[in-house]
Amino acid sequence: MARGADLWRFSLLSVRSFSIPSPQPPPPPFARSPTPTVPPRRSSSPDRWILREKRLTRHYGHFRYSELKRVGSSSPPAKDLFYALRITSILGCQIDASTYDEVASRLHAVLKDANSLLEFYYSIGGLLSIKDQGHDVILSDADGTFHAIKALSQSDGRWRLDTNSAESSTFAAGIALESLAGVVSLVGSEVDQSMIGVVKNDIVKLFGSIKSFDDGTLYFDEKHVDGSEYKGPLTTSASVVRGVSAFAAAASGNLNIPGDKILGLAKFFLSIGVPGTTKDFFNQIDSLVSIPLILSLPATVLSLTSKDQLKVEVTTVFGSAAPPLTVNLVQAYSSDSKDELQFDAENVVHYLDIAALKLDVGSIPSFLRYLFFVTLHDPDNVNIYATGGQNSIRAFITGLIKVDKAEIGILESDAGSVESLQKLDLSKDNSVSLSANHLQKLRLSFVLTTPLGHTFKPIRTNCLQVFLKLRHETKVEHIFILESSARQYKIVLDFLGLVGKFYYLSGKYELELTVGDAAMENSFIQALGHIELDLPEPPEKAARPPPLAADPLSKFGPKQEISHIFRAPEKRPPKELSLAFLGLTLLPFFGFLFGLTKLGVNLKSFPSSPVPAAFSILFHAGIAAVLLLYVLFWLKLDLFTTLKILGFLGPFLVFVGHRTLSYLASTSTKQKAA
Amino acid sequence: MPKATNDAQLLIQSLRKAYAATPTNLKIIDLYVVFAVATALIQLDHFHSTLSSPVYFSCVGTAVLAVCLRIQVNKENKEFKDLPPERAFTDFVLCNLVLHLVIMNFLG
Repeated sequence: MARGADLWRFSLLSVRSFSIPSPQPPPPPFARSPTPTVPPRRSSSPDRWILREKRLTRHYGHFRYSELKRVGSSSPPAKDLFYALRITSILGCQIDASTYDEVASRLHAVLKDANSLLEFYYSIGGLLSIKDQGHDVILSDADGTFHAIKALSQSDGRWRLDTNSAESSTFAAGIALESLAGVVSLVGSEVDQSMIGVVKNDIVKLFGSIKSFDDGTLYFDEKHVDGSEYKGPLTTSASVVRGVSAFAAAASGNLNIPGDKILGLAKFFLSIGVPGTTKDFFNQIDSLVSIPLILSLPATVLSLTSKDQLKVEVTTVFGSAAPPLTVNLVQAYSSDSKDELQFDAENVVHYLDIAALKLDVGSIPSFLRYLFFVTLHDPDNVNIYATGGQNSIRAFITGLIKVDKAEIGILESDAGSVESLQKLDLSKDNSVSLSANHLQKLRLSFVLTTPLGHTFKPIRTNCLQVFLKLRHETKVEHIFILESSARQYKIVLDFLGLVGKFYYLSGKYELELTVGDAAMENSFIQALGHIELDLPEPPEKAARPPPLAADPLSKFGPKQEISHIFRAPEKRPPKELSLAFLGLTLLPFFGFLFGLTKLGVNLKSFPSSPVPAAFSILFHAGIAAVLLLYVLFWLKLDLFTTLKILGFLGPFLVFVGHRTLSYLASTSTKQKAA
Repeated sequence: MPKATNDAQLLIQSLRKAYAATPTNLKIIDLYVVFAVATALIQLDHFHSTLSSPVYFSCVGTAVLAVCLRIQVNKENKEFKDLPPERAFTDFVLCNLVLHLVIMNFLG
C-alpha cells in the first residue's frame, strides 16, 4: 500500500503540473508518455488546474475521499496529510469542513513542535492546501516559524535538514524556500520584509553554487555524495527550482537571477530526455518553469560577394514561434555596435546587412563571434520565456580575394638581382618560358588582397594553401610551399640545394601555382609555364627517382580469366586387358583347389559332436568375418572403425579358435595314444 | 651322356618317392606356397606392380607364413618337437590376418 501510494502521489502530482489550453486535445492522465509538443506551464493558483478526465475523478475520487476520512480520524504523520490534501485538491473531492478542521489542528500541532525542515515543509504545505481549498487557516506565529526555518540556513545559501544534522544540502535549500514561501502566502504581508530580503540574498548565493556541463546546461548537485541520502542532480535541481519559483511568486519584488542561469537550468531539464521513474518525471515536468528561446543562424557562411545578410532566427526549444521580440547586435568582434536587426515577418527572421558593418575577410578573424541581445516585447513573457541574456553566435565570412603583383624570374645565386622578372596575370593561364641551371634560383612572389583592400591573412595559418608544383616530363612532381611575409607571398627555389631532391633530372619542368582558402571564393590552380632545368650528372650513389605509379586499371582492373586445367587422368590399360589379367591371377587359385582335391584333402577330422562342431563352425565363420571386414575396409571403412570392429572380432576369434584347436589337439593325442 | 641322364632320372625318381612319403598336411602347405608364389610372379609380370606394391606383398607374405607353418608342423624337425601343430596353425592364422589388415590399409 505504501509503495502504491508513492506511485500515486507522483503520478497525480505530475498530472497537476499540466494545464491545457482549450483547443488542444488532452494528453493521457498518467505521466508515462513523453509529450514534447505541449509546453508545460506551471502556475500555483488553484483555479487554473484543469482536470482532463472526469473518469479519473470518478474512479479514484471515492478512494481518495475515503482515505482522507481515514486520515482525519487517526493521527497519521504530517507527510501523509500533506500528500492526501494535495491529491484531494487535484481530484476535487468533496471533503466536509469538520475533517478539514481536524486536519488543520493536527498540522498546527506538528508545526508547533517542529524542529526539522521536513516537518515544517509538510505542515505548512498541508495548511496551504487547506487554504487553497477555500478553507480559512490561521497561522499564529508566522514570524517565529519564519525565523525557525531561517535558522537552519547556512552561509553559502544551503540549508541544514534539522538542528541536529551538521551537513547542509542543496535539496534541503529547495524545501526550505518552498516552506518560507508557504509561510509568506499563508500570512500575507505580516512577515518582516527585511527577512524576505535576506532570503533573496540567500537565493542568489545558492545560485552561485550552480554547476554546469560542457554544453551550457546548468544544474544543482550536492557537494557531499552520501550513499543513501544522495538524491541526484535532477531531484536537487527540481527542488531548488520549485523553492525559488514558489518564493518568487509569494514574495513581492523581483528576484535577481541572471537570465542565462535560468536558461541553463531549463536546458538541463529538457536535455535529460524522458526519465525512467515517475518521481523523476514529476520533477522534470514540475521544474520547467520557463521555456528557453534559441537563437540560430540559418546560414553561418556569409559571402561578401553576393552581399548576404546576417539572418537570425529566434524560436523556442520546441521549434514553435517565439513571442514578439527584438534582437540587438551588441558586438561584432572588434566593432561594438548597437544595431537593431530588422524583422521580416514573412520568413520570421531578423536580418541585418553586413556591408554596413564593414566586415572583411581574413584580416580580422573570419570566424566572427556575434553577440546578440534579445528583448521581449511583452513584459509578461519574461516569466515564461528565458532569453538567456547575451547569446553569441559564430559566423564565417567569405569573399573574393584579388591576386596582385605576381612576378616570376630567375636570379643569380650571388647577386639576387631583380632583373628579368616577368609579370604574371594569375587570373588566366600563363606560358612563361624560363631556363636555369643549378647555380641559379627561381623566384615567385605575389600579393593577396581582400575585397576591402587589406592584405589577406587567413585566421588559421594552416588553412591557406599556396603551393608551387614542378612537374618533370617523366611525371615526377615536386611541391613547394610559399612563405608569407607581412606584405606578400614569396618563394625562392635555390636549385643548388635542390639537385638531390630533383633526382638530378634535367629537362623541362612544368610550373603550376595553387592558391586556396576556406574564406576565398576564387581559389585556383594555374599553370604558369615551364622551366628548362640543367642539372649536373648524378653521382653513383644518388637516389633514383621513384618509380611511376602503376596504371590503376592494370593494377585494379579485371584480371585474365584462368581456366582450370584438370589433371590428366592416368593412363589405364583397356578394360579387356584388365579382365584378362584378372583371370590370369585367379588361375593359381583354381590350380590350388585342383591340387588340393588331387591330394585327397578331406574334412575327416572335422569334429562331429555338437559342441566342438559349433566351435569349429564359429571359428571358420570368425575368420570369414575378418576377411569380409577387410574387404569392407578396402571399400569404404576407415582404419579406426576397422580396428574397432577387429577389436571385437579378434578376441572372439581367439577364444573360439583356442577351443577348437584344443579339442582337435586333444583328439589327435587321444588318437596317438590309442 | 646316358649315365648323367640316368643319374638325373634316378635323382628325380628318388626325390619323388621321398616327397610322396611326406604327410598330407605338409603337401597341402607346399601346394599353398607354390600357388602363392605363382600369383606373385604373375602379378609382377602382368600388372605393372612394382616390387613395393601391396598386392605383391600380400602374396609373398602369405607364402612366407606358409613356409613357417610347414617348418613348425613338420614332425621330423627337431627344433619344434614340443610345439603342438594346432598352436602353429593358430599363429599362422593370426599372422595372416594381421598381414592382410596392413595390406588393406596400405591399399586404401
